[in-house]
Amino acid sequence: MPRASVTPLTTYAVERATLRNGLRVVIAPDRSAPVVAVAVYYDVGIRSEPEGRTGFAHLFEHLMFQGSASLSKMEHVKYVQSSGGTLNGSTRLDYTNYYEALPSHALERALFLEADRMRSPAVTEENLANQIAVVKEEIRVNVLNQPYGGFPWLSLPPVLFETFPNAHNGYGGFEDLESATVGDASDFFDRYYAPGNAVLAIGGDLDVDGTMALVHKHFGDVPRRAVPPRPDFDEAAPTSERRAEQVDLLAPAPAVALGWRVPDPADLDAYLPYVVLTSVLATGDASRLRRRLVQDDRVATDVGAHIAFMEDAFDVRNPTALLIEAHHPGDIGTDTVVTAVDEELDRVASAGVPADELERVSARLLSALLQGQDHVLGRTLAMASFEQQRGRAELVGELPALLGAVTSEQVAAAAAALQPGARARLDLVAGAK
Amino acid sequence: MSPRKAFAPRPVPALGRPRRAKLPTVAERVLPSGLRVVAVRRPSVPVVHVRLRIPTAVRRDADLARAALMERTMLLGTAQHSQGQLAEALQGIGGSLRVSGDADKLVVSGESLRGDLARLLGLLADVLTGATYPKHPVEGETARLGEQLTRALSQPGVVADEAWLHQVFGAHPYGREHPTAEEVHAVAPASLRTAHRRRVVPDGSLLVLVGDLTPARALDQVASALGEWDAAGGATRVPSVPAVVAGPLLLVDRPGAVQSNLRVGGPALGRSHPSYAAAEIANALFGGYFSSRLVMNIREDKGYTYSPRSALRHSSATSVLLTSADVATEVTAPAMVEVAYELGRMVSLPPTEEEVAATAQYLVGSLALSTATQAGLAGTLAVLLAEGLDVSWLREHPAALLAVTPSEVHQVAQTLLAPAARISTVVGDATRIEASLGVLSEVVRA
Repeated sequence: MPRASVTPLTTYAVERATLRNGLRVVIAPDRSAPVVAVAVYYDVGIRSEPEGRTGFAHLFEHLMFQGSASLSKMEHVKYVQSSGGTLNGSTRLDYTNYYEALPSHALERALFLEADRMRSPAVTEENLANQIAVVKEEIRVNVLNQPYGGFPWLSLPPVLFETFPNAHNGYGGFEDLESATVGDASDFFDRYYAPGNAVLAIGGDLDVDGTMALVHKHFGDVPRRAVPPRPDFDEAAPTSERRAEQVDLLAPAPAVALGWRVPDPADLDAYLPYVVLTSVLATGDASRLRRRLVQDDRVATDVGAHIAFMEDAFDVRNPTALLIEAHHPGDIGTDTVVTAVDEELDRVASAGVPADELERVSARLLSALLQGQDHVLGRTLAMASFEQQRGRAELVGELPALLGAVTSEQVAAAAAALQPGARARLDLVAGAK
Repeated sequence: MSPRKAFAPRPVPALGRPRRAKLPTVAERVLPSGLRVVAVRRPSVPVVHVRLRIPTAVRRDADLARAALMERTMLLGTAQHSQGQLAEALQGIGGSLRVSGDADKLVVSGESLRGDLARLLGLLADVLTGATYPKHPVEGETARLGEQLTRALSQPGVVADEAWLHQVFGAHPYGREHPTAEEVHAVAPASLRTAHRRRVVPDGSLLVLVGDLTPARALDQVASALGEWDAAGGATRVPSVPAVVAGPLLLVDRPGAVQSNLRVGGPALGRSHPSYAAAEIANALFGGYFSSRLVMNIREDKGYTYSPRSALRHSSATSVLLTSADVATEVTAPAMVEVAYELGRMVSLPPTEEEVAATAQYLVGSLALSTATQAGLAGTLAVLLAEGLDVSWLREHPAALLAVTPSEVHQVAQTLLAPAARISTVVGDATRIEASLGVLSEVVRA
């Protein structure tokens, strides 16, 4: 079923500017629906939080919703929502983002709200205590009271990595969270939330010149501050298998997670074959591991493969990992599952991926990327991240072709690098009665 | 970290003039088989989406497991394709097909790249007319579904939802959403083909297509591809829903739990009810979005919980309002007090003009955002049309929301949020929470 040269692609025109205070701005108009998205990405995340302050980057994200020079607690949220918009923020390994999607007539309001907290957030003792309590409940609901909570995104990094920035728990320990102070928040803001350390992306139903004028109006007088140097978090890769076991008292069945270091995501030529490999291995019922482990051998009930601990392959800096995760019945030994994975990796490494299979995998990857772009918010977030980490928001439209150009030999070489001796392996032992 | 002195407060900019979304142009045809087909052009990205809704009810509690297994095994093979061949064909068109369902219906969803719609429809037709439920793959999937259900039912949130539904609906098919692993294992594989013949029928079903397509041509493609899907039979409905009777709080023990999962709610109104817009505002203003009273109270003021929420859930035979909060074990009773307090406020006093206006704007904006993508529009249209509403609802409902008054919200809250019909379930560590909950209301153990 050849499909040569019919690959449909999308392109998005990107306007960019850098304000005098260092804030980088990208604007991408698309007038197909009367909605806009606004995203601010600060180039600081979990890896930058200091020892003794685990979870602080995420706690600080919560604090950014607690008021600013012109807005009392919760006014930010109420202004967005009463304008018909939705909003959120998230804390990742390498960045923290804040974003809104709104009807296009609320664009200036959204810019004002983001500028106000970039200029001067207001954190009180009372709001800090309140948000520490909220974050503890977030951790309880997602990790402590949840079977498989934090597996493997919180529990595999300390097996694969040795240095604190890469290995520590980004949700944070309760002791660390409880000892956070308003002074810590002030210091963190001063150090990392400089406009020169941020990217502002705006997409959707907008006029480029008018929007750029609004950006200058609202962000132009945010004071310039020193931009912190970005640390190199690289560390040595494993030279022998690193193993650990996690007993989960709430889990009714076992699971296993495997992680291998991959090339620096900044080097797309070296990195993209690993992205394609995850799709060859475990996207859809035609993928290698789904067929072997789930359909044929029936040693696993679910298997997944992805890049990066927060499953954000294009939002992460070096070092990161390719992860394979499998859930399996209790009467199947974990070694049986891992052996089957290794055999399938060997098969890709030694024989590559036939042309027709690679074409199908590319079609599926393309379709997923296109569907992600269809949402103005998804597209705008991707642009912000590409601009921040790669200086190229246009990658949102260019990525499908780059992925489509990955060859069978490159995928085979990627699979060949995933040797048992280079990985971390975490066995989740089911402890539920 | 008070705001730096240098920055005086500034006025928040006013909103601009709203730009209306264009109402989608809908092309429609009913095939001789009774299948209603609706196609909408939305060429935002070169992809097309399909949503097929087959109104076929789970009539008895005992049928739940078979329905769940059928959803999971429909794509395991057809007269023309093995599971692997079908999966490869879908992968090759950048597509997928997924089967889901509930007590009211089966839904087959899928998508493909722009140029491959005919192929996607061909594969869909192959599944609808020729699914074979081959014995060996079905056995494998049965075991797998059993394992997955065991995992799902180990989640406290799922346990709480199931317990609440059972309290509201009892043995009615709406009384649970997940069968157990044992029930799934008890389904005879051979019965799936019979069930497919009986349930997967075109008459009364709805197929929605949205994306980078030409509507007239898409309707022709459907007529051609699905022309042979003509199995006899028609829509079936669940039995009528028993009257909801408020009762004592149901406590499900989860020893050692560090949180309690609260579920509180009762009967609600459907989208066709004249007071639906007011009901939607009442729910949202109470607990349905971040700016709501409940979130402000138990999250942003008290810090009891991370994500309290309240939602209207619609089924073909009824609608319910369900409020959920997962709270720290030690504040279980205080959190219940606050939920009751906020419900009481809604029932006793009208909300302010400002609250109602803000909530209406939020709901209008949310609808616009949710229909701004191909997938979102396809899903929303499928729901609306299946409920007998028209695409014009996308224009009329925002107008209705913006016209709702505080007294209308107050009025609908009297029944929607009234204590008399309220049903409460808590999952948590009984040794730590039963006594304090028992002071507030009668408590029974599950």
